[in-house]
Amino acid sequence: MPTITFEQPNGTATDVEVAEGGNIMRAAVANNIAGIVGECGGQAMCATCHVYVNPEDAAGLPEPSEDEDEMLDCTTAERTEHSRLGCQVSLGGALQSIRVAVPSDQV
Amino acid sequence: MNESILIIGAGHAGVQLAESLRENGHDGTITLIDQGAQQPYQRPPLSKDFVSAQEPEALPLRSEDFYTQQRIELLTGARATAVDRAARTVTLSDGQQRSYDRLVFATGARNRVLSCPGAQDPRVIGLRTLQDAENLRRQLDGAQRVVVAGAGFIGLEFAAAARARGIEATVLHSAPRVLNRSVSRQLSDWFTQAHRADGIDLRLGEGVQSIDAQEDLLVQSTAGESHRADLVVYGIGVLPNVELAEASGLACENGILVDAALRTSDERVYAVGDCANAERDGTRVRLESVQNAADQARSLARTLCGEPTLYSDVPWFWSIQGRHRLQIAGLAQPTDSSMLLGDPGSGKFSIALLRDGQLVAVESVNRAADHAAARKLLARGERITEAMLAGASLKELANATPVAA
Ligand SMILES: Cc1cc2nc3c(=O)[nH]c(=O)nc-3n(C[C@H](O)[C@H](O)[C@H](O)COP(=O)(O)OP(=O)(O)OC[C@H]3O[C@@H](n4cnc5c(N)ncnc54)[C@H](O)[C@@H]3O)c2cc1C
Ligand code: FES
Repeated sequence: MPTITFEQPNGTATDVEVAEGGNIMRAAVANNIAGIVGECGGQAMCATCHVYVNPEDAAGLPEPSEDEDEMLDCTTAERTEHSRLGCQVSLGGALQSIRVAVPSDQV
Repeated sequence: MNESILIIGAGHAGVQLAESLRENGHDGTITLIDQGAQQPYQRPPLSKDFVSAQEPEALPLRSEDFYTQQRIELLTGARATAVDRAARTVTLSDGQQRSYDRLVFATGARNRVLSCPGAQDPRVIGLRTLQDAENLRRQLDGAQRVVVAGAGFIGLEFAAAARARGIEATVLHSAPRVLNRSVSRQLSDWFTQAHRADGIDLRLGEGVQSIDAQEDLLVQSTAGESHRADLVVYGIGVLPNVELAEASGLACENGILVDAALRTSDERVYAVGDCANAERDGTRVRLESVQNAADQARSLARTLCGEPTLYSDVPWFWSIQGRHRLQIAGLAQPTDSSMLLGDPGSGKFSIALLRDGQLVAVESVNRAADHAAARKLLARGERITEAMLAGASLKELANATPVAA
C-alpha cells in the first residue's frame, strides 16, 4: 500500500498507509495527524490541508490544477514552491510513497 | 480550566469546539452529545460528490480514535431533551442526566419541511443528514426524472449533480430569482443561465402546489403545470434548532441570541454554528456555513480557556454547482452596489460588492485567485474603493503593501 510520511514542525514523523487512489488530506484526517484540517472536505475550497512536499518526491507529482494553484494563495502558513493542497494529491500507481511536512499554522 | 463542558450537537461546530478546547489547554471533561447514531461527519459533500456517486462513503469529521485520544466523551444516539440551567443539568433521551459547568448549544439547523398535500410520500426527500443522503442516493439509482423544490444552494447543487448523471431535472422556485437570499442579482442571473444551458429545466416564480403520488410522482406547480418525477428533493431553507434553548428560558429569535463573544444571556451558556444568531458590528447575523461553525468554535474555545475573544472572522462560503465553483468572501447586503470583475461570458469572473464606496464582499465563479485575494484583503480590513478595483486586480491589491486605513 502507498505510504505517506507526515513530518511535524517539531521534527517527529508518522507513517500512514493509504489505499490506492487515496489523497493526503483524507489519509491525515483518518489517521489523526495533527495540523491537517480539511475543512471543506477535500474540494480545494479551504486551503486548510496545506502541506510541503519533500523536494525529492515532488518530481513524481502531477502539476497542481489552476484551482489548486489559486487556492494555495489562501494558506495561512507561507506558500513555497513545494506547497500543495493535501486533498488534491493522490497516491497510487507509480507514486507509492511521499514525505510531506505539515505547516506550523493551518487556519 | 478544570470545568466540565457539555456540548449539545456533534456537527461541524461541536466537534471543532471540542478539539480546540483541548488545543487551548482545557483540562476538564468534555462531553459531546448528538442525536445522530453515526460518527460525526461532513455535510457539504452530501449534496455534491455523494450524489454524483464519486464519493462512496461519508467523510468523517475526525478519525474514530480522535475522541478517545483527546479524552472527549462522545455520546451518539443521545438526544438532549431538557436543560435545567439552575441545577446546571441536561437530560438525555435515555433518561440519563449530565451536569455541566459550561454548556454550549451547537445544535445546528434542520430542514424546513415541504408541507403540501402528497409531501409525505417516501419519494419526497429533504437533504440534511447522512441518512437523507443515503436514502436519496438509493432512490436516485433507478431514477430518470427528478423535481427539485427550491433553488437555494442545496437544491441547485443537487439538481446539477443529478443532471451530470444524465438525470432530467426540473427545479421549481417560487421566488423570481435563484439563490435570492444569498447572492447578488447579477450572480443569480448568471447561474440561472448557466444551469439552463446545462439542461436543467429551471422554473422561476413557480412553487410546488401539491404532489399526486401515483406510480410516478406528479408535481402540480402553482403555475398550474404538472411535472412527472421519480423523486422530489426539496431544499426550501432551514430552521435553527432552538427549541431546547428556548424551553430553558434563553432568548431566541431566528436562532439562539448570543453576544459578540457567543454568550447567551446566561453566562455559563453559549451557542455556536447554524443555531447561533450572533451580534456582529452592531447587527445580528445567523450564518449557515462550515467556516462560520468552525471559526466560531475556535473563537469560543479561546474564551472558555480564559482568553476572552470577540468573534470577528471574515465569513467565507463555497458551493459546487455542477461544473461551476462558487466562492464568496465577506458579507453582502441587498443594498450594496456591485462591480463586475472579469468577463462572465468566459465563465470565470467575480462580482465585488461595495458599501459606502468600500469593498465588503466578493463573489467568485471559477476564479479562486480572486477569492483568495478577497479573503486576505477583507481580513486586513483595508479600505478598497471602486477606483482601486478598476485599476488593479484583487490579487495585485492583496500583494501590495497594506496602507494603514
Ligand atoms: C447537504 C448540505 C450541503 C452543504 N454544503 C455546504 C457548503 O458547500 N459549504 C458550506 O459552508 N456549508 C454547507 N452546508 C452547511 C453546513 O453543513 C452547516 O453550516 C454546518 O454543518 C453547521 O454546523 P453546525 O455544527 O452548526 O450544525 P450541524 O452540522 O447541523 O450539527 C448540529 C448537530 O446537532 C445535533 N443536534 C441537534 N439537536 C440536538 C439535541 N437536542 N440533542 C442532540 N443532538 C442534537 C444534530 O443531530 C446535528 O448533528 C451544507 C449543509 C448541507 C445539509
Ligand atoms: S480540504 Fe479544503 S482545500 Fe483541501
